[in-house]
Amino acid sequence: MSVRSTLPRSSVVGPNPNPPLQAAEANPIDAELTARRSRAARRRLVTIYGLRVLFAVIWLGGWELSSRMNWVDPFFVGQPTGVVARLWTWITEGTALGPLWYQAAVTMEEAVVGFIIGSILGVIFGIVLGRVELLAETLSPFIKAANAIPRVVLGSLFAIMFGLSLWGKAATAVVLVFFVVFFNAFQGVREVDRNLIANARILGADNRRLTLEIIIPSALSWILASLHISFGLAIVGAVVGELFGATAGLGQLIYNAGHTFDVNGVFAGMFLLAVLALIAEGLISALEKRLIKWRPHRVSGEIPI
Amino acid sequence: MASPAIELRGVTKRFATPKGGIYTALRDLNLEVAAGEFCAVVGPTGCGKSTTLALISGLEPASTGEVRVEGNPVKGIAGGVGYVFQSDAVFPWKTVLENVAAGPRYHGAPGRDARARAREWITRVGLAGFEDRYPHQLSGGMRKRVGLAQSLINGPRILLMDEPFSALDVQTRTLMENELLSLWSSTSASVVFVTHDLEEAIALADRVVVLTAGPGTVKGTYKVDLPRPRNVAEIRFQPRFTQLYEAIWGQLRDEVLVSYERQKHAAAV
Repeated sequence: MSVRSTLPRSSVVGPNPNPPLQAAEANPIDAELTARRSRAARRRLVTIYGLRVLFAVIWLGGWELSSRMNWVDPFFVGQPTGVVARLWTWITEGTALGPLWYQAAVTMEEAVVGFIIGSILGVIFGIVLGRVELLAETLSPFIKAANAIPRVVLGSLFAIMFGLSLWGKAATAVVLVFFVVFFNAFQGVREVDRNLIANARILGADNRRLTLEIIIPSALSWILASLHISFGLAIVGAVVGELFGATAGLGQLIYNAGHTFDVNGVFAGMFLLAVLALIAEGLISALEKRLIKWRPHRVSGEIPI
Repeated sequence: MASPAIELRGVTKRFATPKGGIYTALRDLNLEVAAGEFCAVVGPTGCGKSTTLALISGLEPASTGEVRVEGNPVKGIAGGVGYVFQSDAVFPWKTVLENVAAGPRYHGAPGRDARARAREWITRVGLAGFEDRYPHQLSGGMRKRVGLAQSLINGPRILLMDEPFSALDVQTRTLMENELLSLWSSTSASVVFVTHDLEEAIALADRVVVLTAGPGTVKGTYKVDLPRPRNVAEIRFQPRFTQLYEAIWGQLRDEVLVSYERQKHAAAV
């Protein structure tokens, strides 16, 4: 029963220099209290994981059962064991388009390239327009119009412009990612605390310093929040781009499976995309934690979604 | 005779309101602060106390009238001025050390020198050992100390303070007031200290200026002839303190009532 493990917050702020608090931690009654709290937290965690497993079992079991019993036609809705079998064949024998890892790598490459280019453009435009009011007001109707069109249709245009190469898919991802990041960066720049700006100016900051040391760090929480959503959009862009013409990739794999009435193949492809998106999400969260370590830690009770 | 450190002559400040109207914050304000003087400005809510500081610092231009600092007309933000804000204005993404070192760095000092000077100031405001903390890890009083060190490290000849201690609890506040006086006594800075708390004003200042309910203009000026060095916690018990308090409060009360009636009226509309 360790008391230390229940004190993540104080380990975050480093050794506590406040002697009375140290003394309080050594107090047996307080130690008992923290121990009890950690037990309660652990119990809660076990409950949540248990409920999650239960949910998955009911969902997948119900699906499997209803297709086995022919309540629904497995030809149209597939079945979990069929999806697993399809995944296994893809892993062991490769797909119709070649080895599975290669399809995943192609799609991820398109998504990552589109994500990086789109985010960088979004951040740059967001900060520049956020700082230069005249430019923002001039461009605002054009940006709103561009944001209003369903941008996935641009995929067909990019397929013509870039052919079957990576760039057609990456470009589709870029247009999806750009707007989300742009609007967040723009808003982030606009929301910077005016007191902080006044303080920096009085302390002697010039415009460059103001942008680099006040505006950008302040807008960073907004920008990072948008990256969570936009990586998902980058994958959407890559997959949609592949539908407009590709020789490899998970989108193409799903497209092929759909055309051969292989419902389990479609689900297997979706499952792989979801796994890749979750991994990317984890990486972005880690990046966020590194970049804004100055932010107060959220109160416990945060829902880990 | 040398020109006063701060001089406002017939200053009026109007703002355009979001509804398209004009709001007059200050009207025909005349104020002089001598070099090295500690001047407190008191007045009811919304009388333009903070606006006065914004004009002196150059954050805002005056609509009409003249604002001079050390004899020169104010055109934008000038060096030699420090500003301690009412709310936290320390940078949350910088550590205490980086926050305090910001001023010297902005003025072109090499990083190593800036940090060395910052360490010195952090010790002077009693925060040694907290250099690597982020502001959210500190208490309100400690953040105020960071703000003080951040301003004072630039060696301001003019120090503007906008209700700096109003968010602190009473004990911390008294502590910080004493600390401010001892820090100030080792400089030759002229201070304009804005507050709504008359006790605080008398305890700290050489002179108390009472503003009228907005649009603000000077209603009266009172010399505080209490001896220095002062202990803020004890000075309140001196008979002279009580006399001054009664005299100034007599003036201030009318303005506070006017301001209160207006707010009630505005809330009822």
